[in-house]
Amino acid sequence: MSKAIETARTYLKPHKKLPTVWCGGCGLGVIMSSLLRVISKLEIPKNDIATVSGIGCTGRMPTYVDSNTLHTTHGRALAFATGVKLASPKLHVIAAMGDGDALAIGGNHFIHACRRNIDITAIVANNCIYGMTGGQYSPTTPHGKRGTTAPYGNVEHEFDASALAAGAGASFVARTSVYHVRELDKLLEAAIKHRGFSVVEVMSNCYTSYGRLNKYKSPVDMFRWMKENSVTLKQAETMSPEELEGKFTRGVFVENYMPEFIQVYDALAEQLTTDSAAAVSQLRETIKRYEQLGDRLKTRVG
Amino acid sequence: MSARANKDVKVLQGNEACAIGAIAAGVNFFAGYPITPSSEVAEFMARHLPLIGGRFIQMEDEIASIAAIIGASIAGSRSMTATSGPGFSLMQENLGLACLAEIPCVIINVQRAGPSTGLPTQPAQADVMQTRWGTHGDHAIIALAPSTVLECIELTVTSVSLSEKYRTPVVLLLDEVIGHMRESVTLPAAGSYHCDSRTVPEGDEEDYRPAACVGDEVATLARFGGPHRFHVTGLTHDPHGFPTMVPHEVDAKIHWIVEKIESRADQLAMNEEFMVEDCEVLLFSYGSTARVAKASVRQLRDQGIKAGLLRVKTIWPLSGKRLKELAPQLKTIVVPEMNMGQLVLEVERIVAGVAPVRHLGRVDGRLFTPDQITEFVRGEVSA
Repeated sequence: MSKAIETARTYLKPHKKLPTVWCGGCGLGVIMSSLLRVISKLEIPKNDIATVSGIGCTGRMPTYVDSNTLHTTHGRALAFATGVKLASPKLHVIAAMGDGDALAIGGNHFIHACRRNIDITAIVANNCIYGMTGGQYSPTTPHGKRGTTAPYGNVEHEFDASALAAGAGASFVARTSVYHVRELDKLLEAAIKHRGFSVVEVMSNCYTSYGRLNKYKSPVDMFRWMKENSVTLKQAETMSPEELEGKFTRGVFVENYMPEFIQVYDALAEQLTTDSAAAVSQLRETIKRYEQLGDRLKTRVG
Repeated sequence: MSARANKDVKVLQGNEACAIGAIAAGVNFFAGYPITPSSEVAEFMARHLPLIGGRFIQMEDEIASIAAIIGASIAGSRSMTATSGPGFSLMQENLGLACLAEIPCVIINVQRAGPSTGLPTQPAQADVMQTRWGTHGDHAIIALAPSTVLECIELTVTSVSLSEKYRTPVVLLLDEVIGHMRESVTLPAAGSYHCDSRTVPEGDEEDYRPAACVGDEVATLARFGGPHRFHVTGLTHDPHGFPTMVPHEVDAKIHWIVEKIESRADQLAMNEEFMVEDCEVLLFSYGSTARVAKASVRQLRDQGIKAGLLRVKTIWPLSGKRLKELAPQLKTIVVPEMNMGQLVLEVERIVAGVAPVRHLGRVDGRLFTPDQITEFVRGEVSA
């Protein structure tokens, strides 16, 4: 049995029907298989993973990944993931989102998750369109490109998702594309290993809803575009703004070692349990009385 | 020992009391967003949770707050949030997810007056119907309403207990007055409040049906990070928890989430009755309004009118049992509410013309006075 098949058999839910809901030529399968390879390589037990998503094509990823899986409401994956992680810190929490999900309806959750630095891995599959609903323009649809709600070309200007994440304070930010599969594996691995909030933006392709409207001949044509129009950070250093126009950069933009939210919170809590100040010990005594009003044993979060 | 020296006698605010109830019920996760008049609940939880091994987080909005408590509950916590009208409106979509996916959690809604921003510091009872019908699609909900500060403790414990037992979100409906009012409370003895826990699966992972809806037995709920991996989705799902569009599976699911609660309306009913045995005029009330209504019953009795009070603590599902029993003896039922007429619609439906039902609304951001209710009842009786 080849390694790929073995990984798929191990990390895809056994009773889910394949193929996936994704169209032929879609980049999402590339992202999911990369994720499975990384999980497999890192030997993370399936019970110790929680894969969380919102709504849209990317939102369906948890349906297939054999882990604890949570398919939530549109834009809210990170907010749910925050609760999951805080309640059970031992879990590797992975949030998979599309560009509309993460950056439009979920934009507020996205920037605050970046700022908080809770140990969650956020994958933003950026195909520059709302695919599932049929090709409406998204916050990352380039200016001038077409969507079904931008029939004459997009009037708005697009977000740079990685720059947004970096600006909002994410401690790990990287970008690559579904064409650059080995790089994708590497970056996802680094993101999952990173202790803190990590964002991996993966430029992806939606031939059905974006490609056809924007004169790409085939999914392969879109992969070719990614190959020819992306540059590594190193290459970008020597290029002028004019040369970089219309291209996207790939690589690790941010990798900071910052104290993680739960570490800091728990350290504070630990201090409080031993703090001898009168006010704090008084507080401890009262809370104990309140706890004991109930008939159940004290519960602790993970 | 004088009350002053007794540590168990405390002057507490309704919002604080809710937080105390949460602690007593073992709530160990709270996510919230500041909003008047509920913020004291979050402040209390922020101060106390780290002392008992729990965690608190202030989220970026109310949508995120309810999302976080649902996520935490799925990962095994007992979780709660608190808000008021505008925030409760924002929570509606995810409230629906908790209903459909059957995730226990508690939402405290300290109601304030007016649609939109309204009157943030004034009371209302205007979210009764939003609580029942605010999220889209067919579903059911449990909602309780305390009238005293002590009841804020008790009913918060009950809310957690029912949410765990029936795998459902529970809404505790306070109003600004109950939330901010301070009363002297004698804390009951240790172990006084019973709180149920969700049941967890014990068998093999392969046999686990996280979304089973068979008979009237609520399915067990595993936790993320535990021995059973499972899938949770806001899509309509089959007993395994996976999306389905098969008509009979969809039908069974929707019937299940509605009927598991609606069929237990009588069992879940908690009432207080005051002078109802021989009453001819029934005041039907809840929350802070019921306190005023009780005073009004006394006034009316002094004036020779046989009035009584039926105060419901369980607003949803609303049991019709007691109302139907009492209706034949009544000349009129008066429903005072700080809204333009919400729970009165249910009373009318239940009573079905056996006795006349009259609504007395107040929407100026002020509490009723006993005189106001008394006068209204006198007008009805003499008419």
